[in-house]
Amino acid sequence: MKQAIRAAFPVTIPVLLGYLSIGIAFGLLFENAGYNFIWAFFTSLVVYAGAMQFIAVSFFSGGIGLIQIAVMTLVVNFRHIFYGLSFLDRFSGMGKTKWYMAFALTDETYSLLCGQQAPSGVEEKKFYFCVALLNQSYWVLGSVIGSLAGSMITFDTQGMDFAMTALFIVIFIDQWKAYSSHIPALIGLGGTVAVLLAIGADNLVIPSMILIAIALMLARKQIEDKKLIITEKEDQIP
Amino acid sequence: MTISFGESLLIILIIAVITFALRAAPFILFSRTGETPKVVTYLGNTLPPAVMGMLIIYCLRNTTVLNAPFGIPELIAVGMVAGLHLWRKNNLLSILGGTVLYMVLIQFVFV
Repeated sequence: MKQAIRAAFPVTIPVLLGYLSIGIAFGLLFENAGYNFIWAFFTSLVVYAGAMQFIAVSFFSGGIGLIQIAVMTLVVNFRHIFYGLSFLDRFSGMGKTKWYMAFALTDETYSLLCGQQAPSGVEEKKFYFCVALLNQSYWVLGSVIGSLAGSMITFDTQGMDFAMTALFIVIFIDQWKAYSSHIPALIGLGGTVAVLLAIGADNLVIPSMILIAIALMLARKQIEDKKLIITEKEDQIP
Repeated sequence: MTISFGESLLIILIIAVITFALRAAPFILFSRTGETPKVVTYLGNTLPPAVMGMLIIYCLRNTTVLNAPFGIPELIAVGMVAGLHLWRKNNLLSILGGTVLYMVLIQFVFV
């Protein structure tokens, strides 16, 4: 096991940097919403999904129904349904560990494992497991650090939740560059603005998602004509 | 906390269960040789940018546009994040720069 950790660690360094910093931001926001480091630790341990955990912070101010939360989780993390497809063979025969591997398939762990073979002399399955486990430990650690730092802050934190908006803008720009067709991105922005103007800020998510799904299906011909993704995504969040 | 302990826990568990279900689905649903339905692949490719667009609007949904400050702090901060990110491509710098600017704007400039 030690050998596997030693082989996995160098591979995970880029993720270490990304997860620590975004994890810290999450911990700060969560603490700011009134949830201490135990909550941050627990959430990063059982949820382990970056963008979704940021959105979750907005749920804790209340007024958002459980069904809306469930739908939001479903659409935000829908892409994860495809990550396992690449590993049906590689994770088979891992026993119960397979289910941890499935749980830990974030954007970053997925891309690391896609492009990485275990070094010679290291058992492949242990290597995969160590990569996944190290990545999650960075995320949990970052969340706790951010939360503890947040509890010591004495200045006015009003407006700090803009970090969430900023994170989504950053991912939006990265995806904008990675996709040859900008129609999906514009459908997402335009569809939601339309619903916002029509029915207001409450219960925005479900009508927007329905509108977006319909628009994506209608535009399928135009979008599928091109090769959709030009370059790899550069997300740094799970 | 504005909502109860139990409700907070429930929210976290709902998100956890659904996220895990999505990540584990291929291992349960698809056999090793089976093919994924084309429409599922299509949505999987096109949903991420669309959802990101939705989330940006969702985050900004309570912006005051018709009265002072007319959404100006948000507009400036969004511009700052986008500008920084196009310029330096550094996630942390873009997020931190935009957020600090927004905090200054709403706490000291547009009070």
